[in-house]
Amino acid sequence: MAGPISLDVDDTGLIAISRDMQLSLSLEEMKALKSHYHALGRSATGIELETFAQTWSEHCCHKTFRGEVEFEGRTISNLLKTTIAKVTADLNPDWCFSVFEDNAGIVDFDGDTAIAFKVETHNHPSALEPFGGAATGVGGVIRDILGVWGEPIANTDVLCFGPLDYPYKRLPAGMKHPSFIYKYVTAGIGHYGNNMGIPTVNGAIYFDESYVGNPLVYCGTVGLVKKSRYKRVIKPGFSMILAGGKTGRDGIHGVTFASVDLSTEQERSVVQIGDPIEEEKVRRAVIEIRDQGLGSAITDLGGGGLSSAIGEMTELGGCGADVHLERVPLKHPGMLPWEIWTSESQERMLVCAPVDDVEAILGVFADEEVEAVVVAEFTEGESLRLMHTDTVVGEINVPFLFGTNIRTLRVATQPERSFSEPSVRSTDPGADLRALLAMPNIASKENVVRTYDHEVKAQTVLKPLQGLDGPGDAAVLKPLFDSYKGVVISNGMNPEYGKIDPYHMAACAIDEAIRNNIAVGGRRIALLDNFCWGNPERPDRMWGLVRASQACYDVALEFETPFISGKDSLYNETELGPITPTLLISALGVMPDIRRAVSMDLKETGNKIFIVGATKDELGGSHFYKLKGSLGKNVPKVNAREAKASFDALTKAIDSGCVRSCHDLSEGGLAVAASETSFAGGLGIELDLDKIPRKGELSTEKLLFSESQSRFLVETCDSAAFEKAMAGTVFSEIGRVTGDKRLRITAGTATVLNIDINRLKGSWKNGL
Amino acid sequence: MAYKVCIIRAPGTNCDRETALCIGSLGIEAEVVHVKRIMDGQTHFSDFDGLIIPGGFSFGDHVRAGALLGKILKERFGDELVQFSADGKPILGICNGFQVLVECGLLPGRGALGALTTNLSSHFECRWVDLKVEESDCIFTRGLRRGIRLPVAHGEGRFLVTEGELQEMTEANQLVFRYALEKGEAAGGSYPENPNGSVEDIAGICNKAGNVFGLMPHPERAFYRFMHPRWTKSDDADSWGDGYKIFKNMAEYIRR
Repeated sequence: MAGPISLDVDDTGLIAISRDMQLSLSLEEMKALKSHYHALGRSATGIELETFAQTWSEHCCHKTFRGEVEFEGRTISNLLKTTIAKVTADLNPDWCFSVFEDNAGIVDFDGDTAIAFKVETHNHPSALEPFGGAATGVGGVIRDILGVWGEPIANTDVLCFGPLDYPYKRLPAGMKHPSFIYKYVTAGIGHYGNNMGIPTVNGAIYFDESYVGNPLVYCGTVGLVKKSRYKRVIKPGFSMILAGGKTGRDGIHGVTFASVDLSTEQERSVVQIGDPIEEEKVRRAVIEIRDQGLGSAITDLGGGGLSSAIGEMTELGGCGADVHLERVPLKHPGMLPWEIWTSESQERMLVCAPVDDVEAILGVFADEEVEAVVVAEFTEGESLRLMHTDTVVGEINVPFLFGTNIRTLRVATQPERSFSEPSVRSTDPGADLRALLAMPNIASKENVVRTYDHEVKAQTVLKPLQGLDGPGDAAVLKPLFDSYKGVVISNGMNPEYGKIDPYHMAACAIDEAIRNNIAVGGRRIALLDNFCWGNPERPDRMWGLVRASQACYDVALEFETPFISGKDSLYNETELGPITPTLLISALGVMPDIRRAVSMDLKETGNKIFIVGATKDELGGSHFYKLKGSLGKNVPKVNAREAKASFDALTKAIDSGCVRSCHDLSEGGLAVAASETSFAGGLGIELDLDKIPRKGELSTEKLLFSESQSRFLVETCDSAAFEKAMAGTVFSEIGRVTGDKRLRITAGTATVLNIDINRLKGSWKNGL
Repeated sequence: MAYKVCIIRAPGTNCDRETALCIGSLGIEAEVVHVKRIMDGQTHFSDFDGLIIPGGFSFGDHVRAGALLGKILKERFGDELVQFSADGKPILGICNGFQVLVECGLLPGRGALGALTTNLSSHFECRWVDLKVEESDCIFTRGLRRGIRLPVAHGEGRFLVTEGELQEMTEANQLVFRYALEKGEAAGGSYPENPNGSVEDIAGICNKAGNVFGLMPHPERAFYRFMHPRWTKSDDADSWGDGYKIFKNMAEYIRR
């Protein structure tokens, strides 16, 4: 939009300006701008308003999490600070190097080497253009790691889609079918990660009807940081170097777009085009610059493009800047200044440096054949001046841009819903088990996993598929050539439980992420939270968000697992309604020696099988109920105090060397976990349900399929050592490994089921 | 005198680091060199005692996997590399490097359309495969008798040759690795044991002299036992993996 824009108009006029320019700014925000420009005594320019829209967007400043919420008769001020970030503040672990501040959370690893981890979402772009949206989701989160001077070493991805057999007739006009989105999202993820040579080591694929038209694409990257090279210093006189791909008209208005519901009228211009080879070159250059000790600060260009990146740098430095937009290398001639300023073209980084470093930095980029130019200089004062060939096209006061805090007020109201337990029986447990193994959320994802390179860099010690292609609980990496220390990556997510209670859904997601990590030998675990929710302006959605956040505090504190980074993607709604509230918890653990890592496949005939943790009447939101067409009421609940004691004991057992395999119990409960561990090992298993530690009377199907949390199936070669390590926790020997390739479950002397493990594997492999 | 191996890279090469670590840990100096530096004349192939073309997506695999880097090596350094090979210096091409060696003519296989072409499964595939070690003069597989396991990760690994080329290669003992069934015999085209549909299950070939070797599987991802997918079943995490011997042979051959 060219020319000055007068904000001296009434409320209706302000709303019209916000709408017509696609600013997604509220009336209160527009009014704040009005009085700001009134005091300045001038009109705003288009590029200035665009800058405010980017910086104040939900995507960039998390209005909902940092605002105020009316909840159960009181006002919560800053949900993030009072729940999730408070865990870290309360625990204050000395191994957290940087949390919630920079582009990624960073924790100590080995000497000068630290680990950075970030998980992002790229939902709306993937709904419109699945391949490009997913690919640039991967590219974007890799740049977050480069943006903390980190060397990316592994990717994770968790994907949520509508059912692949969703009837075409029910699909609203313009909405892409889940099977199309599924195919191209997975292809986009593989394309970007494989081409960049970063292994995709952990993830999940989840199906639910609420994701039709609004898939969720969570992309994560783990990287190595050298603490001595981690710098964030900006001073007046320093230069800003823009490096990487050219800037084009792709990806304009991505962040403001992410802050509204999806509708069919959205433009394609919001989806960017990815080029992993370009980013590979940028990666090499950034690491070389770091290792040569050049540069003083770095950030990636993501949402909001230059406007966000340069804005944040000036705020960090407490100074101003002169930006020369005509210096930006362009894909398309004739781009307008505001387009250059807000373009979200991919593969771009911003490196800040004292003038003396500039030539050397440009040289490193040139060596990697990466285009790089000095686009701006930091200045004394607090004015961000945007220039295009000597014309000032915008001038923004930095403290006003970042200091204006229009507290968003949200209202949270508990929706009135009632739940009840169904009376379902399992007349043929064997058939039910096979049906469960074939359910899309449980079935093998091998067809997708194999299209991702999970071994490049030669650091993947425990892979996504373990034993004879069983589903691993967590990935283990050995990132340093001369050290046996390992990085352990896992995740947890239970949208089904959230349909009953978002609090327990969040608690279970945390428990699951941690227990997956513990199962392979991980410890000293840090967490990342990624909320994907519906429109937070609707009180029922907001209520769930508050409840889930409260669970994050209660449970993570008890587990002593700090949150180090997180992100929220709200407004995930289409004309079909909101998505099921979905909280992904990613867990980053370490282990002192990867040679002690434990995989989930059975190892040897004759070894004893133990179950860790108590089984309860908790099938609400379970896949067994889902199979039977019910939701239920008794959602699994986490007793974090007991769970922590048992997790700590299990870690001791693993370190003592007596644990030969370990698999967590999750969707489908004991029966599914036992099936997976046996067909992954190619060995049979014999279990007696009567020996399971439990709370209350439980029917056979509940013992088989309950999804009570904090439980593991453990194979040990030394029962005495295992029992010693686990003393004081709830556990019991329930069976043994057999050589006959059958899953045999009894209740005392009565046979409950007896099936060939290859038949079970067949159901599991052909479910998708 | 310290021996030096050149690990050549182009934009999009991404296995250079781990490959350099493998050969570098065997007492050979491994230098990762951007092809641009050779083109600019800052470095010469003749400065090195061996050459490795590692995996990745050189130049984004535009046109065809390995085609652009292959073209550069052939057109700009063809004579130099032919001499390098004639001098008996070892050249190893892994995955994308195999594709490059075929594209630039240091290994046979250009008679058919596409040389190493899109997998029959039509998608990228990452999995461990059994390999049958054939009788050959390949210096990289000396002492390897029993079958080995290595991982593949590629979308374009289907080796195609003309009848004539195949016959010539077979007679000259140039077939080095073939995809195999678990029991050891060649896969006979069966998927997924033969992951890409290569003719005669060919996974790796060498030149007639045996000092130029190209293979689709990644030995650098099987250097140690703990990189193997089932290492947790046994108690030998610390021992060497099946890929170690290939680098060890290269190092010993250089020091011969």
